[in-house]
Amino acid sequence: MKFTIQINEGPYTHEAADSAYQFTKAALEKGHEIYRVFFYHDGVNNATRFTTPPQDDRNIVNRWSELSEKHNLDLVVCVAAAQRRGIVDEDEQQRQGKDGNNIAPGFRISGLGQLVEGCIQSDRLMVFGD
Amino acid sequence: MSVKKFLYVNRKAPYGTVYALESLEVVLIGAAFEQDVSLLFADDGVYQLTKGHDTKDLEMKNFSPAFSALGDYDVNKIFVEKESLEERGLTLEDLQHLTWEDEDEDWAEKDSIRLVSRAEVGELMETQDVILSF
Repeated sequence: MKFTIQINEGPYTHEAADSAYQFTKAALEKGHEIYRVFFYHDGVNNATRFTTPPQDDRNIVNRWSELSEKHNLDLVVCVAAAQRRGIVDEDEQQRQGKDGNNIAPGFRISGLGQLVEGCIQSDRLMVFGD
Repeated sequence: MSVKKFLYVNRKAPYGTVYALESLEVVLIGAAFEQDVSLLFADDGVYQLTKGHDTKDLEMKNFSPAFSALGDYDVNKIFVEKESLEERGLTLEDLQHLTWEDEDEDWAEKDSIRLVSRAEVGELMETQDVILSF
């Protein structure tokens, strides 16, 4: 089955960020296809490489980057939600005149159309969050 | 591109969290994809449609006028759960009067809002291809 995953919550506060990862990983292991993972609302905070959890805790951001590299996952961060919350890639840095960027490897910033298109192309949309 | 039935489920009050605003943004962007779109308002989500929002003192953007533009985007199936209104002491009169123009009937103005019972919400969901919940 072909899935698009939507993540609405930030990391470490809400288990949705973990559940989405565990679901995605399990689905891939079972041979399903993940068409796209879309980060929305506070979910965009899963995409900053500046995240530094204590050593005995899971690194939610790196986990996505590693899974993306292994399975060529399309990790998309909503641009409007990212701008509100200070998630910046190189393009956005230049466009908005910021003094740096913080997006983690494997993630890209794009528009909400990517979510809608993912819903159209996939058999199922799975939404994680309240 | 195939046409799917999209249902946006809105369950949260308008300004307490960002979900309502960011749901509306998906609806407006998604309209460009020419899908079969319905909106459902239930639980505290019914407050999103009430008249007379004044957000000045909140220093937040009042996005409620955008709902009246939905008809122009061909979003004209707006379901409101009856029990959610009743539990909050609200009636249809407390909600914005949302309309759309039916081009098949000489642009006759029609109501967009339809009241549905909690039981009917289940049936509505059964008929959808994609359900986005906010």
